[in-house]
Amino acid sequence: MSELDLSLARPILEGVSDTGANGLKLFVQLLRGMVTLRADLSSPSVAAAVKDVTGSDMPDVRKATENVLWMSTDELLLLMPYGEGGAVAAKLGEALAGEHHLAVDVSDARSLFKLEGGAAREVLAKGAPVDLARDKFAVGDLRRTRISHIAAAFWQSGAEPDVFEIICFRSYANYLWEWLEESSREGSMPGIL
Amino acid sequence: MLLIDCPCCGVSGEETEFAAGGEAHIVRAGPGSSDADFASYLFDRKNPRGVHFERWRHAFGCGKWFHMVRSTQTLEVFGVYKADVTSPPQDILDRVEAARAEGRVK
Repeated sequence: MSELDLSLARPILEGVSDTGANGLKLFVQLLRGMVTLRADLSSPSVAAAVKDVTGSDMPDVRKATENVLWMSTDELLLLMPYGEGGAVAAKLGEALAGEHHLAVDVSDARSLFKLEGGAAREVLAKGAPVDLARDKFAVGDLRRTRISHIAAAFWQSGAEPDVFEIICFRSYANYLWEWLEESSREGSMPGIL
Repeated sequence: MLLIDCPCCGVSGEETEFAAGGEAHIVRAGPGSSDADFASYLFDRKNPRGVHFERWRHAFGCGKWFHMVRSTQTLEVFGVYKADVTSPPQDILDRVEAARAEGRVK
């Protein structure tokens, strides 16, 4: 088991754990720019503002694009390099002036993990009450749910091998890291997905 | 274990993803109500063996509140509906009546 230093004083930008014969790789990115946008997602001006700052179209319900995550019926999470969150939130504020909305830089609120490998969906299925069968959960699908005991969201960003990206509140990052490592152990896969 | 369809985001999720919020459609007493009525509004809750109208929240998911009608006896779910109404939609009430007529619930 690799040790990960999660102290805020000396942030490690990228941690990597190769969990061995399962071919699973686990990455953590502690610092990622994130902006939460609450607004009427059906509004054309909101879609235009999101497209302007991210280059991405509005994701459908429970879908994720490369850098825009659907979080709720009135909430998106936009991803960008760390440090750019404030500028993106300000730009959204200008674009949506006069329209009911909330755009806030929440870059320090959550940590981002990436789980890569053929068994990745089996690992997640151990802790999340989500149907992760290949025909039910594919690239672009997102679920905001729980993993083990903690609130988290994950989406599939790649296939063959499967790549899942996972976000959780930063204060739970250590827990989730250890849970993912534990659940990725060789010989612990049910082998049904 | 209940399987619940969230009427807000459409997820069919298991109970652990949701949080129960108690009895639904409680009408506030007052202003100007008697102490007894106000105490009843605050504290008195039904605890039926049978059909129960409840508030739930998709706590780990979209975060929205909604209503659900279920049987506390059989865990049958009769339907879910949005939070911003003061009474259940007729089709759910019809389903409850049908279940009662068949003797499935009290």
